[in-house]
Amino acid sequence: MDFLTLIQVLDSSMRMATPLLLACLAGLFSERAGIFDIGLEGKMLMAAFFSAAVASITGDVWLGLGAGILSSLALSGLHGLASITFRGNQLISGVALNFLASGLTVLIAQSWFQQGGRTPSLMTAGRFNGIELPFAIGPSDAEAAGRPLTEMIKEASMVQQLYSELISGHSILVYVSLLAVPITWWVLFRTRFGLRLRAVGENPAAVDTAGISVRGLRFAAVGICGLLCGIAGAYLATGLQAGFVKEMTSGRGYIALAALIFAKWRPWHALGACLLFGLLQAVALRFQSIQLGGFTIPVQVMDALPYILTVVILAGFVGKAIPPRAGGEPYVKER
Amino acid sequence: MEKMPKWADVVLIPVISLLLAALISALVILLIGESPVEALNLMVNGALGSTYGWGYTLYYATNFLFTGLAVAVAAHAGLFNIGGEGQAMIGGLGLAVVCLYIPFPHWTIALIFAALGAGIFGAAWAAIPAYLQAKRGSHIVITTIMFNFIAAAVLNYMLVTVLKPKGAMDPSTAKFPETAQLPSLHEILAPLGIEFSKSAPANVTLFVGLAACVVVWGLIWHTPLGHEIRALGKSERGAVYAGISPVRTVMITMLISGGLCGLMAINNVMGEAERLVLNATEGAGFIGIAVALMGRNHPFGVFLAAILFGFLYQGGAELALWTNIPSELIVVIQALVILFTGALDNMVRIPIEKIFIALRKENV
Repeated sequence: MDFLTLIQVLDSSMRMATPLLLACLAGLFSERAGIFDIGLEGKMLMAAFFSAAVASITGDVWLGLGAGILSSLALSGLHGLASITFRGNQLISGVALNFLASGLTVLIAQSWFQQGGRTPSLMTAGRFNGIELPFAIGPSDAEAAGRPLTEMIKEASMVQQLYSELISGHSILVYVSLLAVPITWWVLFRTRFGLRLRAVGENPAAVDTAGISVRGLRFAAVGICGLLCGIAGAYLATGLQAGFVKEMTSGRGYIALAALIFAKWRPWHALGACLLFGLLQAVALRFQSIQLGGFTIPVQVMDALPYILTVVILAGFVGKAIPPRAGGEPYVKER
Repeated sequence: MEKMPKWADVVLIPVISLLLAALISALVILLIGESPVEALNLMVNGALGSTYGWGYTLYYATNFLFTGLAVAVAAHAGLFNIGGEGQAMIGGLGLAVVCLYIPFPHWTIALIFAALGAGIFGAAWAAIPAYLQAKRGSHIVITTIMFNFIAAAVLNYMLVTVLKPKGAMDPSTAKFPETAQLPSLHEILAPLGIEFSKSAPANVTLFVGLAACVVVWGLIWHTPLGHEIRALGKSERGAVYAGISPVRTVMITMLISGGLCGLMAINNVMGEAERLVLNATEGAGFIGIAVALMGRNHPFGVFLAAILFGFLYQGGAELALWTNIPSELIVVIQALVILFTGALDNMVRIPIEKIFIALRKENV
């Protein structure tokens, strides 16, 4: 494997990691506030559909993003209603939301576009396109020189290859997701809101005693979760791919959940876990099976590896993963 | 004093939840520009209007019986087994190995050994999450979700490499030998003089499923083990005080639950496809969650709910065939049933409790 291939795999890892990272941070907010959310998958799927649908109808990708976020927020509201207001089982609610999204997206897609549960392919204006950073070799340079882009990059220096392939050329949402990591860290660990949010996930009674609304905080957390899942879904349908197809999240919500546990509910570790799982996906995508000294690793092992690693972490063989203490339990106010 | 009579809890609340789910589904059908009345008509005719329809309805219902019972048994111990899908997949793998490599003289003997193979593989797949929950406190919901994906990868690998016959293109096993094929309802009912559709997939597994209902009922309410399972589900501290070992009970419960999911393979792999294919389970493991919730974790309730979902699945397939409504409508209905009977249970329950309390005050 030469240097350029390595860079290209890492570049692809970054793209694959972006929806995972956004969904993982979404789950981080929700679970730190004591609301388990296995409905990340459904929220992403819903947002993927509505962002692609609106982007394809209006031709404006930003409107698409807005619609995606709104649809994801609607599911979040339902999750909040079930698990905060009516103190229902958060896991069952999450399962229900995943099915709801999986069914509704196809139903509406068929009704609006009649293309067998997909949206029409998005044109350039309906997508988040790559941003060319200054001094990077991108499509515009290739056009000016009248030569194919791949050729120009192959001839460039290693630093230029690294810069042009890996760092430059992503859509804005990739940079947003990276930026979301320090912001999440800052909000959770350096603001009053973050302190209260974490407290409500550990000991809601104490927060209540201090005169702060447990419900309000939890709804805020669930809302942030919806917002981030919305961006993740929109990136899938309008950034990574050009349009919505049935079940396009294909388990990413669960991988994000796995990454969250892998990261033990910490933002910077979440970045690491998502990059690792993104790398696994990128490698599985590029090389069907891998030769390692006469021994072949089948592609299915790469597919299953995030889940296996998570089970190992959960089992506590590599440091124990302890979730927020009040996670999953509805808070009953004392009278 | 109880807030409301038992019948209200067992019958009234599930029925109201179901009606709410049906109402919203009807709204969804209206919104996508079709007629709910016509859709219901088509579904009833397609699923219940002929022995062919019934054959499919009962076939689906048999799948859901096993997964529904599995979720219900786990729920009695306070465990949420969301891994039925994976356990059923691996159960299918065990069944396929038994049917492919052991020559059986007759289907009855094949059925017994295939059930053993499927049950043991399914139980084994549940054993690791069960052990991790019991011994190391890893949350069983998360581990069973992860095991669903791992099962899919395992099955995929086995079908693409080991079990695929030489020269075949599809990722599936060879067809099972004739003596390992189960009689369909048509073949069973014909000697009794009852005409039943030849092409419908319902088969003898239906009776295995019904037997499983009775066995689970006996186990949960009439054996010491069932008592231990329910005690653990009600209160872990209470169970420990009564001398019940949570580790042992969690393990046994999950083995039974996983085994039941594995048994589903008799129906879909041995009874219908007669070979193991990719995605043989078709989400039945997840429908078990809706079926158990709807059936209030009681085998008789699970039976009724399984028939209901069998009807929905067959009816939904007919809808997709004759109208513009995709079969994903059923997934929406399933989601709504889980939402209302599971997550939003209190939304239905609290007002009804209030009504009963108000009625009682008037009477006094």
